[in-house]
Amino acid sequence: MTTTQSMNLLDLQGVTVSFDGFLALNDLNLSLAPGELRAVIGPNGAGKTTFLDVITGKVKPTRGDVVFRGRSIVGCSEHHISRLGIGRKFQTPRVYQNLTPRRNLELAVRGPHGPAALLFGSLSSIQRDRVQHLLSVVGLERQAQQPAGGLSHGQKQWLEIAMLVAQDPELLLVDEPVAGLTDEETARTADLLKQLAGDHTVLVIEHDMEFIRDLQAPVTVLHEGHVLCEGSMDQVQNDPRVIEVYLGTDTQEEVA
Amino acid sequence: MADLLASRNLRCWLPWALIVLGALVLPVVLPPFRLNLLGRFLSLGIVALGVDLIWGYTGMLSLGQGIFFALGGYALAMYLQLNELKPGELPEFFSLYGVKSLPAFWQPFGSPLFTLISIWVIPAVVAGLLGYLVFRNRIKGVYFSILTQAALLVFFNFFNGQQKLINGTNGLKTSTARIFGELIGSDGMQRNLFWLTVVLTVAAYLLCRWLTDGRFGDALIAIRDDEPRLRFTGYNPTAYKTVVFAVAGALAGISGALYTVQSGIVSPQYMAVPFSIEMVIWVAVGGRGTLIGAVLGAVLINYAKSLVSEALPETWLFIQGGLFLLVVLALPDGLVGWWRQGGPSRLIAMVGWPPRTATYPALDLDPQVAAEQEQLQNPRAGQQR
Amino acid sequence: MDLLYDTLFNGLAIGSVLVLAALGLAVVFGLMGVINMAHGELMMLGAYTTFVVQNIFKAVLPDALFPIYILVALPLAFAVSGLAGLLLEKTVIRRLYGRPLETLLATWGVSLILQQFVRSVSSAFAIGLVVAVVAGILVARFTPKAWWQQRWTPLLGTGSWIVTGLVGVAIASLLGEQRVFDQPWFSARNIDVTAPEWLRGSIDVGVVNMPAARLFIIALTVVALCLVNWFLQKSVWGMRIRAVTQNRTMSDCLGIPTQKVDALTFLIGSGLAGVAGVAVTLLGSVGPNLGGNYIVDCFMVVVLGGVGKLAGTVLAALGIGILSYVVGSGSLLLVWPAMPEGLNAVITFFATTSMAKVLVFALIVVFLQIRPAGLFPQKGRMVEA
Repeated sequence: MTTTQSMNLLDLQGVTVSFDGFLALNDLNLSLAPGELRAVIGPNGAGKTTFLDVITGKVKPTRGDVVFRGRSIVGCSEHHISRLGIGRKFQTPRVYQNLTPRRNLELAVRGPHGPAALLFGSLSSIQRDRVQHLLSVVGLERQAQQPAGGLSHGQKQWLEIAMLVAQDPELLLVDEPVAGLTDEETARTADLLKQLAGDHTVLVIEHDMEFIRDLQAPVTVLHEGHVLCEGSMDQVQNDPRVIEVYLGTDTQEEVA
Repeated sequence: MADLLASRNLRCWLPWALIVLGALVLPVVLPPFRLNLLGRFLSLGIVALGVDLIWGYTGMLSLGQGIFFALGGYALAMYLQLNELKPGELPEFFSLYGVKSLPAFWQPFGSPLFTLISIWVIPAVVAGLLGYLVFRNRIKGVYFSILTQAALLVFFNFFNGQQKLINGTNGLKTSTARIFGELIGSDGMQRNLFWLTVVLTVAAYLLCRWLTDGRFGDALIAIRDDEPRLRFTGYNPTAYKTVVFAVAGALAGISGALYTVQSGIVSPQYMAVPFSIEMVIWVAVGGRGTLIGAVLGAVLINYAKSLVSEALPETWLFIQGGLFLLVVLALPDGLVGWWRQGGPSRLIAMVGWPPRTATYPALDLDPQVAAEQEQLQNPRAGQQR
Repeated sequence: MDLLYDTLFNGLAIGSVLVLAALGLAVVFGLMGVINMAHGELMMLGAYTTFVVQNIFKAVLPDALFPIYILVALPLAFAVSGLAGLLLEKTVIRRLYGRPLETLLATWGVSLILQQFVRSVSSAFAIGLVVAVVAGILVARFTPKAWWQQRWTPLLGTGSWIVTGLVGVAIASLLGEQRVFDQPWFSARNIDVTAPEWLRGSIDVGVVNMPAARLFIIALTVVALCLVNWFLQKSVWGMRIRAVTQNRTMSDCLGIPTQKVDALTFLIGSGLAGVAGVAVTLLGSVGPNLGGNYIVDCFMVVVLGGVGKLAGTVLAALGIGILSYVVGSGSLLLVWPAMPEGLNAVITFFATTSMAKVLVFALIVVFLQIRPAGLFPQKGRMVEA
């Protein structure tokens, strides 16, 4: 009843996802405060992508609840959740290959998304400026008129991040944003995400530990669908349990 | 600069001039039989535009457009059957089956206004409903194709089997009906219908242009490229697909009505399985994703079909089957796509003349190189940056 | 009660044919995501093979051997249809991997060609065809190697096939002057296969009178199912097929020859269609349009049964087969005369073969609203959004 509980932007409460008996997520609890920047790491198969699937409505939790801004979003469709203010960037860059970067962004830019609005409305000058601005931020002005399918992997990554920003969601879920990027691009991505945090809440999933360190954000470690520990990067790196799941223990090696 | 302006102007009005010229000259030049054929094929271009919208742009292959095509045809044919009947009279065929009173669903088709609306609204509603039921369950790709084909077969069976309601397999004849006191099959009436077809084809083309040029069209292409991604951007693809499927249904209905009055009959054969697949191949040959290609394909293939069927009827299926294979294997973008991608010059290059491109082609297309070339030619503009 | 069992038994027989027909389609669809529109025509090839085998037994071999012709026809039909399918895979489907909708169109083209081929094949036609194909292959072999590395090589390739094709047509029409050669082998008429004596009678089991032919079909289906199941579950190649079905890329990396697996699967799937064709000849006369009558039902089986599980295919096929037969034959009214008035009217309305299809389709669409992925959906993380 009180507002203290709903101070969190996002709450995952005891979320369990079972695929034919295999528990991809197992009693997962996680909260994000508004404006927070959070990094999520975990070894392969820890359930990181399923975790995003649950938040964005692609996968329905077998048990548990997902609460966004004080209301449960379990059972809502993907587009509905997206309109509530949750945006997602995919692990492998997914842009519309046959549209130009500009049109990709024009589709993503925040505004009404119904068929009638697209047919009879036109982009406002604010939206248009936003698209132009984002094109220059990600350095795709030159390629703005070519089909996005011809862009390089890194350019596609950036385009998809730009699309996410154009959506202007309250909560950004970013899945491996720097995979396949150069060091310089990685640093720029970290800067961009740090800028976004504050106005937005950002959750980043990455394998690149240097990048996570750059973000200077609290880290959540997932393991076997469960939160293993939370803390700063240094705390987490020195946690014996984390070392165990990433590197294995002596006893395990002996058994093997 | 003046040249450029002139040529751009030319590109603007030349097609329109050709259409008007064609519409005026062809009825004089062509014998009535050929003109009628052309009118029929042009009306098929309208259903092809619909197929292009849903397949070429949105990536949904419907094998059931014949349903909507025939529904439009039946709506108009029912009106024509009722038109100029004396009160209390029934269309002739009813007496064959001992039907004494007009079935209830025939009643509203006595009204010309209702008929004009229902020609496109009924197919659109049926398409929208069927589409919604399929799309909302995220059934797509091949599953969608075979469901539409099954729906087609079901409609065919229904219309074919119900003698007492709509004359079953015999269909409804329109050529002997009269409108405004004139026989529909007469040469004068057919000429008017030809003009009507030209006008409506152009209108349908412009409608599709409008649908595909803006952000709505972008959303359709986005559905084709990556539908789940679009969903995560806050779009509901079901709504878009339903709308565009309904529009294609409406176009099919209009096309069917025009085709019916120009061929003189509507029958369940319009819902035969092969006919609906042929519609897809018209678009594939013309070039999917290009609107003009859809119309061109419909007219060209049907013209070829009528020529071959007149001369060597046995070979048409071979040719048609071969065409399916050829288009899919060798010309995936159709004739218009091949033309736009420089197909002719590549063909010429094969026989000997090398293409004009002096550098590596990708280099010419690179905007950065283009910008640098511009800078070299125009150094002052470069300094201003 | 007898009537009920009778109806169910006949429905089961019809359903069994559908199991046989859909089995091959489902296996291929599960593995390659490809819908083979020519599957029905492969069935037709099986049926015509039976016809040919029967005629050879009648004309050439002693009468005593006639009863076993159907047992000879089974493996032969499997071989003929299987090889035709293999050829189809090697020449067309392989080139269209990953483009399921295009494959659908291309195989439809093939089905048209096969239909017309059966209608018009005569000795002259066959000789012309063989000459054209052999010449086309030989041209490539006996011309200088250098010719095939030129700019204009594609033109040469196409051109040589066109020329040899024309030569074939010329030979065919020359030979066609002779009456002996011009006689079509099958023509467009339906053909009748005489079942051997032992399949013509019927067997009384308890109260139910079972026609032997239908019993044979059911037994054949059971045997085919067991064999396919054994092959997929127990043999090395079956394991490879299952591996590729689940993850093609990974299988490729692990050294499974995916191309061979594709070809083999296609061969088996097509061969099963041939066996289904043999079964169909026992139910009545067959013609070149045989495929069209079964293909849509087969598609419905695939949609309803889902992919990846044989049980889904069997259950869906039997369900559709029995339901259409029970409703379509109208025997429901005889079994249950005291049916409420409203229901009676509904059942009577649907009590023809074609109207039963309408009902079955409606039920399938309703079912898909509840279970969009069919009876046995693939579960887990592999399923795409």
